Amino acid sequence: MAGASSWSFREEDAKSIHVILVEFLRESSARTALIVDRTGQMITTAGEPPHFDPTAFASLTAADFSANDQLAKMIGEPEFGSLFHQGEKESMYLADIARRVILVVLFDNRTTLGLVKLRVKNAVSELNKVFESMFSQDGARGEPVESGFLGEAEDEIDKLFG
Amino acid sequence: MSMINHAAREINCKLVYYGPGLGGKTTNLEHVYGKVAPGSRGKMISLATETERTLFFDFLPVDLGTIRGFKTRFHLYTVPGQVYYNASRKLILKGVDGVVFVGDSQIERMEANIESMQNLYDNMAEHGYDLTRMPFVIQYNKRDLPNAAPISELQSALNPGWPVSDPAKHRQIPDPIHPGELLVSQQDGEWIERASYYEAVALTGEGVFDTLKTISKLVLKSLG
Repeated sequence: MAGASSWSFREEDAKSIHVILVEFLRESSARTALIVDRTGQMITTAGEPPHFDPTAFASLTAADFSANDQLAKMIGEPEFGSLFHQGEKESMYLADIARRVILVVLFDNRTTLGLVKLRVKNAVSELNKVFESMFSQDGARGEPVESGFLGEAEDEIDKLFG
Repeated sequence: MSMINHAAREINCKLVYYGPGLGGKTTNLEHVYGKVAPGSRGKMISLATETERTLFFDFLPVDLGTIRGFKTRFHLYTVPGQVYYNASRKLILKGVDGVVFVGDSQIERMEANIESMQNLYDNMAEHGYDLTRMPFVIQYNKRDLPNAAPISELQSALNPGWPVSDPAKHRQIPDPIHPGELLVSQQDGEWIERASYYEAVALTGEGVFDTLKTISKLVLKSLG
């Protein structure tokens, strides 16, 4: 492999993922669910729109998860499938999906960690199915950017980076 | 791993600045942050020690705008240069689309440059990536210093080239940046390709945007 392979996230993938996330939020009374890929890119969000910079949030989430993965290996675990960060009012629960993306759940004192953990199991298993089938077809569904994109993008680069 | 998000109509590409400690990677990002219009860039995040040495990474998202209906964005990352932070360095390379190696031109830093370049190849290989087949640009920084090594020495130490296996590329390819020099050339009967390079003084911004322009165009070409 020359480099990392690209992957595309389609409209229909977004819809089926959104249905799972919305159902999970309803059952768990959590506030927001986000899907971030392991390279640090935000894929989608559901529930209350985040009031922070989602791009920065995604890069830090991926770094957090990757660092913890390495810590897991050091203590003899293949991975930590989930992480929990507890705050005074706001907390985060993170779970691995298909080894390629991360589900992040933001919740406050309207619910409990116990309920979130209970309900997240089902959501994780549903999301695993969706993403695994998405990645298994990925080679066949490569949609290159449309012609003309490159020329326009190069013009923008020249403008922006002077 | 650039991701084309058709649902959100977004394309995100990851660029990583690599190189020895105190070579100017963070300074490159700071210059970009300072010069790009605030509407076209996000917040710069630095996970640094109290003495402002990069501990984990710096991160700066830059928006190219909407092109053919796709919001196109570059995520610029630096790695910590200090040798003992290798675990963090390797993590940042995950999913990289293009690499800029920021070398320190000072003669005294030659060993550190070579060690860091070797470390880059090793870490890329551990992820299963082949640097010679990816967008890759070298920047020789600190060209203004009196103890800067000549470019020819830096080139032979850090950018000696790699064999070209594709016969279609067995022809001289001129270096568009340095007239009279070649990116692909024949040496002792073997075809060799080198990475593009730039001379820079990141503190004043010299060469910073030239480097960024070249790597981002190479990355977009690789999307096609």
